[in-house]
Amino acid sequence: MTAGVFAFYLFASVLLSAGVMVIMARNPVHSVLWLIVCFFNAAGLFILLGAEFLAMTLLIVYVGAVAVLFLFVVMMLDVDFATLRSGLARYLPLGLLVAGVILTEILLAVGSWRAGDSVQMFDVLAGTPEGMSNTQWIGSVLYTRYLFVFQAAGLVLLVSMIGAIVLTHRQRVGTKRQDIGKQVAMTPAKAVRKAQPGVGQGVEL
Amino acid sequence: MIGLTHYLVVSAALFVIGVLGIFLNRKNVIVILMSIELLLLAVNINFVAFSAYLHDIHGQIFAMFVLTVAAGEAAIGLAILVLYFRNRGTIAVDDVDMMKG
Repeated sequence: MTAGVFAFYLFASVLLSAGVMVIMARNPVHSVLWLIVCFFNAAGLFILLGAEFLAMTLLIVYVGAVAVLFLFVVMMLDVDFATLRSGLARYLPLGLLVAGVILTEILLAVGSWRAGDSVQMFDVLAGTPEGMSNTQWIGSVLYTRYLFVFQAAGLVLLVSMIGAIVLTHRQRVGTKRQDIGKQVAMTPAKAVRKAQPGVGQGVEL
Repeated sequence: MIGLTHYLVVSAALFVIGVLGIFLNRKNVIVILMSIELLLLAVNINFVAFSAYLHDIHGQIFAMFVLTVAAGEAAIGLAILVLYFRNRGTIAVDDVDMMKG
């Protein structure tokens, strides 16, 4: 057994068992931590497949951003998670049935699948083109052929960022905030009032 | 020798774990969102495996776009979750019926 085969089985088995732990863990914080283990092992699989750039992107985007976001939310919400798990035993038979059916179907499809005649499948992994790293290869295609899709992906991220801000932003009552429009629209006539009170009368504010 | 089929089987198993997670944690939206991340990860493994064994980079490009959409989806989903918790004080999916006609 070569090192590559050993690494594949190691990453795959840890990936799948961590995936089971994600959905079975009692505490959602543990779920998030198992999810991080999942992402690390998936990144390992990507590296075995020669996709180093995607592996690192997976770590940065998922472990660095998405998992931390999940952790924030899980720790921020004061929820009794024990009651949320109450239906587990009731849903287990149906869930296992559906999962078994889907798994059987996918395995049958994978087992009987053959590449079409016009498609050349390789037994060995792809090397990168001459004098190019995986990252350069991705960049040379992403910034030329997929330029507009790339821009659209940026737009998706922009929309989701604005959406998340708009959704969670709230105006608290009773706090003083700066209102630029009000400040700019202010005129001396509105801001200053001349008064000539008589002696001993004072000024009404 | 590890072939394409090995990766497809791993990805199929991970996908099924994700589906099972949605079934088992029907009340807990946070774990449902994590299960969706698992599903997308399984799809990504498929994309990258085919990309590697077809000697074609386009699968990896698509995996990157899936990554983008997954990040956006997680952000929006968690924002909705926080908003919902603020309004109702719970995150149980069974209680989500405000828009019922």
